Amino acid sequence: MSDRIDIGTRKGLFSYERRSSGWEPVGASFLGIQVPMLFHHQGVILASVEHGHFGTKFHRSADGGSSWEELDAPAYPEKPDDVPDILDPWRNTPVPWSLEKVWCLESAGRTGELWCGTLPGGLFRSSDQGESWSLVRSLWDRPERAKWAGGGYDWPGIHSICVHPDDPMKVAVAISCGGVWRTEDGGESWAQGAHGMRFDFVPEDQGGADPEAQDPHRMVQCPSAPDRLWVQHHCGIYRSDDGARSWHEIRDVKPSGFGFAVAVHPEAPDTAWFVPAKKDEFRHPVDARFVVTRTRDGGRTFETLERGLPETPAYDIVFRHALDVDRTGHRLAMGSTTGSLWVSEDQGDSWQHLSAHLPPIYCVRFA
Amino acid sequence: MASISMSPHLQTHVGITPGEVRGDTVREALESLFTEHPRLRSYLLDDRGAVRKHVAVFVNGESVKDRATLSDPLPPDGEIFLMQALSGG
Repeated sequence: MSDRIDIGTRKGLFSYERRSSGWEPVGASFLGIQVPMLFHHQGVILASVEHGHFGTKFHRSADGGSSWEELDAPAYPEKPDDVPDILDPWRNTPVPWSLEKVWCLESAGRTGELWCGTLPGGLFRSSDQGESWSLVRSLWDRPERAKWAGGGYDWPGIHSICVHPDDPMKVAVAISCGGVWRTEDGGESWAQGAHGMRFDFVPEDQGGADPEAQDPHRMVQCPSAPDRLWVQHHCGIYRSDDGARSWHEIRDVKPSGFGFAVAVHPEAPDTAWFVPAKKDEFRHPVDARFVVTRTRDGGRTFETLERGLPETPAYDIVFRHALDVDRTGHRLAMGSTTGSLWVSEDQGDSWQHLSAHLPPIYCVRFA
Repeated sequence: MASISMSPHLQTHVGITPGEVRGDTVREALESLFTEHPRLRSYLLDDRGAVRKHVAVFVNGESVKDRATLSDPLPPDGEIFLMQALSGG
C-alpha cells in the first residue's frame, strides 16, 4: 500500500504520510502558488506550478519534496504562417498556440516516457524525464480540433491520458470537450473513440451524440484489464470494454450520474468509484449530501458510501484529478474544492477526514 | 546606459537584482538580460514571446505600448521596471 499522498492545491503542494499513529502532514511546497497537477515518476515528484503572474513552471524533486529543481514547462511551437487558425467554436476566436494550463501528467510505464495534457488542447511528450517536451502535432493538427470546445475552462483541454500498461504504443486521451482520441502506433495517427457517448440536453440528430463534441470529464483505465476504461462524462457514467473504441452508458445512477472524478480498482475492472453531484448548472452534492458511489459489478449496481463523510449540509465538490486509488486498490484519497481531504483504507467503506482547512484541492495522488 | 529594476516578488523567483542593460529597444535590453538569467524569459514572456497577461513592463514610468514584440525604443538613460500586474494572483 502507498503510505504517501501528495496534494496539489490553489495555494501550494501539501504532503501526508502514514505513520504508526496514522496519517500526518509532512511538508508543504510552493506556498501561495497553484499546483494544478503532480505526478510520481521513477522516484521523483514532478509538479506543475502555475504562477498567477508568471505562467506555468515544472519543478522536480528527487528527495520527497524537500528540495526542488525548476524545469522548462511544455511550450507550444511558433504557429507557422501557412497553418490556418483554428477558431474556438463557441467564440470564433483563434485557439492560441500558447500554454494556458497543465491538466494531466502520465507516464508510459516501462519506457519511462512522459505524457502531458494541456489547455488549450495540446498533447506533449518527453523522453528525457521532463527535461524537454514536444507538442504531438499529429493530434494538434487534426482538422477535427475545430470542433473542440472549452469545458470547465475557456479553451478545450486534455485532462486524461491512459497508456496501455503492456503496449506503450497504445494511448487514449480524453478531452473536455473533444471526445476520446486513440492511437495504436505511438502517436503517429489518431482515431476518435467517443462512440456511444451523448449529451442528454442536445437531441442526437442535432449533434448530441457527435463523438467529436463529447465532454468526458475524466477517463481512467484498469491496469490489469486495459481494455476496460471508465469515464465520468458531463451527462453520466460510461464504461468501455474494448480499449476506448466504444462506450456503454450506465443509466439511472443514484443520487446522480453527474460528477468530475472517477477511479478504477487496479485489479478489479468492474470496481470503480465516483463522487456524484447535481448536474450540471448546479455542481454541488445532491441535497447537500456529500457521498461517494461505488460499483463492483461493472455498473449494474452502485453502493452509496458515506461513513466518515460530512453530515448534510455539505457542498464539497471533488474535481477531476482529486480522487485517487493506490496500487492495491484498498486505499483511496480525495480532496474537495472546499479544502477537505479524506482517506479510505477499506475501498471506500469508511473515510478518515485528514483536514478541513487546506486550500481548494485540484489534484490528489498516491506516491 | 539604461537601468533595469524589478519587483521583489520577481526577484524571489528568478534570483535577479537591479542593474544596467544595453539595447536600443526594450526587447534588445531584455534579450541581453535573458542571456545572463535564462529562467527570467519564461517568467516575463509567454511561449509566443509576448509579455505575459499579468506582467507589466514600464519604461520611465510608462507601460510599454508593444506588449507583443517589445519594440518600444529604450532611451540611453531609460529606466525599465518589471513587475507583476495587480491581477492574476
